[in-house]
Amino acid sequence: MYDFGYHRPNSLTEANAAVDGATDPVLMAGGHTLIPALKLRLAQPSDVVDLCAIDELKGIRDDGDALVIGAMTTHCEVAESDLVMSRIPALASLAGGIGDPQVRHRGTIGGSVANNDPAADYPAGCVGLGATIHTSKRQIAADDFFGPSFDTALEDGEIVTAVSFPVPGKAAYAKFPNPASRYAIVGVMVAKTSDGVRVAVTGAGHGVFRDTAIELSLADAFTADAVAGSGADEDDLNSDIHASAEYRKHLIGVMAKRAVTAASG
Amino acid sequence: MPEVTMTVNGQEASGDVEGRTLLVQFLREHLRLTGTHVGCDTSQCGACVVHVNGQSVKSCTMLAVQADGSAVTTIEGLASGNELHPMQAAFHENHALQCGFCTPGMVMSAVDLLQKNSSPSETEIREWLEGNLCRCTGYKNIVKAIQHAAAGDAA
Ligand SMILES: Cc1cc2nc3c(=O)[nH]c(=O)nc-3n(C[C@H](O)[C@H](O)[C@H](O)COP(=O)(O)OP(=O)(O)OC[C@H]3O[C@@H](n4cnc5c(N)ncnc54)[C@H](O)[C@@H]3O)c2cc1C
Ligand code: FES
Ligand code: FES
Repeated sequence: MYDFGYHRPNSLTEANAAVDGATDPVLMAGGHTLIPALKLRLAQPSDVVDLCAIDELKGIRDDGDALVIGAMTTHCEVAESDLVMSRIPALASLAGGIGDPQVRHRGTIGGSVANNDPAADYPAGCVGLGATIHTSKRQIAADDFFGPSFDTALEDGEIVTAVSFPVPGKAAYAKFPNPASRYAIVGVMVAKTSDGVRVAVTGAGHGVFRDTAIELSLADAFTADAVAGSGADEDDLNSDIHASAEYRKHLIGVMAKRAVTAASG
Repeated sequence: MPEVTMTVNGQEASGDVEGRTLLVQFLREHLRLTGTHVGCDTSQCGACVVHVNGQSVKSCTMLAVQADGSAVTTIEGLASGNELHPMQAAFHENHALQCGFCTPGMVMSAVDLLQKNSSPSETEIREWLEGNLCRCTGYKNIVKAIQHAAAGDAA
């Protein structure tokens, strides 16, 4: 790992100043993507701005029709939160299935959405539940936030402050994990919301996407039997040593069925 | 160079580190607490697990500066004098180790599990150990040791 300057601001204002004052800064949340990348010298920032001491980025709040989760909330805190378990159990179970207990003790929702790993769980949670990403500058709908692999709508230095999740009628997340890394080979969030059914897929393609064929098939009857095969084009899906595109496409339908069954249970 | 101060196994420890110094390097190389091991470069093996403010974390994936001001417990901090911690005794009695490389991380992780869930099922134990890899034992006796420790069977 190359060395860098380390900053631990106590407020968003101080964090913005630390970012502005550095030549090539990087933000750090739980560090569970960033530190492995630094160790492999995949990144060489001049300065690391650690967000851990900023209270305004922490905590889970009930906002009536939505839950607002601060960017620095860890996966473990979301998984164990009574509020999340009672209002959006699908989200608690998604967070509880990320990596392993030690990863969940450090990794955060803000880091996960900002990183947008194409096999990460939260992007499917955000898009599937129709979440809104709050940043230091604006609010962005999840549908507009996540680009292809690792790309997001965030500008340089823009800080994710929270994610707000509208409480769905029914929802569940089903993942087929890579047995070694626990990242999703395919993960599907299915939600029945006031705006209709949303089906978001992670792991299968070059970034999270909505499977409109499955969404349409669930519009009339929200049952596992009604789930159509995935509408994704195999050319857009990943093929690697873990799974072929054809197999991933098949898994999307299987995971969607499991999610609908779990959501209806 | 940043200076860090933390409580390690109940004693105050401080030192000058670089921004990039990992917590595990601080423990092993500055404090010579070499019970905490490093088994991988990818944050996956769990040989480096310690407790920071009571919670198990991978000390290879945390900077020493991030632990500034924290309370850290390593495998060296578990026993009281010559008396093994019940989890250590359970590992010993149930032959839960062969080469022993993974053991410090396994024990620290298992102690954290019982803090959260004092009587875990076998499935819960296996799921909790997702982040701890053992290349020797096949896990069977590790699971057994944790069950024995939970039941209070270890000396
Ligand atoms: C062994 C292992 C297994 C894992 N398994 C899974 C898994 O199964 N599923 C899964 O989804 N993830 C998995 N992860 C990733 C884990 O969830 C990470 O914690 C997460 O992707 C990044 O969160 P972080 O808080 O650690 O962010 P960091 O590593 O600190 O940051 C990641 C990136 O986001 C940026 N960033 C962080 N916070 C903000 C913010 N508030 N605003 C703007 N930018 C920000 C950083 O600059 C950096 O580029 C795994 C990680 C490990 C090490
Ligand atoms: S050394 Fe392998 S996870 Fe820390
Ligand atoms: S005892 Fe050898 S790695 Fe676990």
